[in-house]
Amino acid sequence: MFPASFDFFKASSVADAVSILSREDDAKLLAGGHSLLPLMKLRLASPAVLVDISALEELAFVEDKGDYVAVGALTRHHDVANSELLKSAVPILPFVASKVGDPSVRHRGTIGGSIAHGDGASDLPAAILALDSDLVAVGPDGERVIQAKDFFLGFLETALRPNEILTEIRVPKFSGGWSYQKFNRRAQDWAIVGVAAVHNGSTKISLVNMASTPIRASAVEAALADGASVEVASGVASEGLEPPSDLNASADYRRHLAQVLVKRALTEALG
Amino acid sequence: MQITTIVNGRSYTKDVEPRTLLVQYIRDVLGLTGTNVGCDTSSCGACTVLLNGESVKSCTVLAVQVNGQELTTIEGMATDSGLHPIQKAFQENHGLQCGYCTPGMVMAAASFLNENPNPTEREVREALEGNLCRCTGYHNIIKSVLAAANAMEGAM
Ligand SMILES: Cc1cc2nc3c(=O)[nH]c(=O)nc-3n(C[C@H](O)[C@H](O)[C@H](O)COP(=O)(O)OP(=O)(O)OC[C@H]3O[C@@H](n4cnc5c(N)ncnc54)[C@H](O)[C@@H]3O)c2cc1C
Ligand code: FES
Ligand code: FES
Repeated sequence: MFPASFDFFKASSVADAVSILSREDDAKLLAGGHSLLPLMKLRLASPAVLVDISALEELAFVEDKGDYVAVGALTRHHDVANSELLKSAVPILPFVASKVGDPSVRHRGTIGGSIAHGDGASDLPAAILALDSDLVAVGPDGERVIQAKDFFLGFLETALRPNEILTEIRVPKFSGGWSYQKFNRRAQDWAIVGVAAVHNGSTKISLVNMASTPIRASAVEAALADGASVEVASGVASEGLEPPSDLNASADYRRHLAQVLVKRALTEALG
Repeated sequence: MQITTIVNGRSYTKDVEPRTLLVQYIRDVLGLTGTNVGCDTSSCGACTVLLNGESVKSCTVLAVQVNGQELTTIEGMATDSGLHPIQKAFQENHGLQCGYCTPGMVMAAASFLNENPNPTEREVREALEGNLCRCTGYHNIIKSVLAAANAMEGAM
């Protein structure tokens, strides 16, 4: 299988990428290609133009910014997983990155690509959401900051405009408990359901593969804020949610799994 | 589009269509057919090669993306003085049966041992989670990689 034909541009800088995106019709950014190329090979996507940003070194970094850690959008899963700074300042993030796919996938896939793709079944977007991160996007009119809670709009749909590029993820540091529960049945598989929990004063929980986007378990968060026990709070994990049914699991099974995994996550994060 | 790559130490300059996959470039353009295509959907690892020393699934990378970079395929492992220690370990430990997955297994193992020269069995299993084998049941593959780690440690 190979993709339909397209025109190929290698961006020399963020500004160059933005200007190509603004100039060309039906252009898509190509980072690690580990979500986009499989879709193109199946002809589920056939953009007329690809703008390759995979070699933009300026977007591959992990930097200490005091209250938060700035992670460049082109930082590969492998480098997020192995960052000593992230391991000490935001340990949940490298842990989650180390659970994405397999080592070869992690050598190519980038955190920005994973977030910009906006798949409700992905691991990193859920972690970013539980961490209340800020996402920095650059377009023709300059830079803007989007809060993670306003970023994921629908199935593979995000707040990024067609001529914007995600450049940086600002992840707040925290020192409390955390947990990431990824449930799958075979090595290297995607999560059937996943749960990210971060406890830092309040407790924030987000869910993988329980909706068309990564989503916060707001019913659980509200119950905990009202003083509910872990037992009681995890019981409302799937309240108001419409999880997908697919070959791996029915919606009902996912609802059940969410309760079990939220309980495990809270027990670990609050323990 | 013209691209230049260093493959197994040798420089090649070739014209490719942008949609050419890295694995097609390696097999069909360069004629290095040791790298196999299994699933063609980035799941099986048969197409694993080293890009700048790190394992990647070449069915899910565009050839034009690796312009100016270094690749190692299974053909680049043995030297004039014989098989690479990983290849030798697969041979000695019966780490292959039909051999279809083997080039990918060897390249994934090479990338991993470079990063972690002294792995535990568990670490080897996790490192090879993206490489599927339909014959061996994995047991002897794990044994082979552990033996290779020992042999390579000894050599250093
Ligand atoms: C075998 C396999 C297993 C996998 N398993 C998992 C898993 O278990 N969990 C998981 O979460 N993911 C998994 N993935 C997906 C993987 O994490 C991808 O790397 C990631 O989803 C996309 O990142 P990328 O850099 O490859 O993006 P690309 O595929 O290059 O791009 C994805 C999309 O984002 C856009 N984009 C990319 N970068 C930017 C940017 N900086 N700004 C704006 N838009 C951008 C592109 O235009 C495209 O639409 C798996 C993939 C494979 C092939
Ligand atoms: S052929 Fe590339 S991973 Fe299977
Ligand atoms: S030896 Fe036959 S697939 Fe692995």
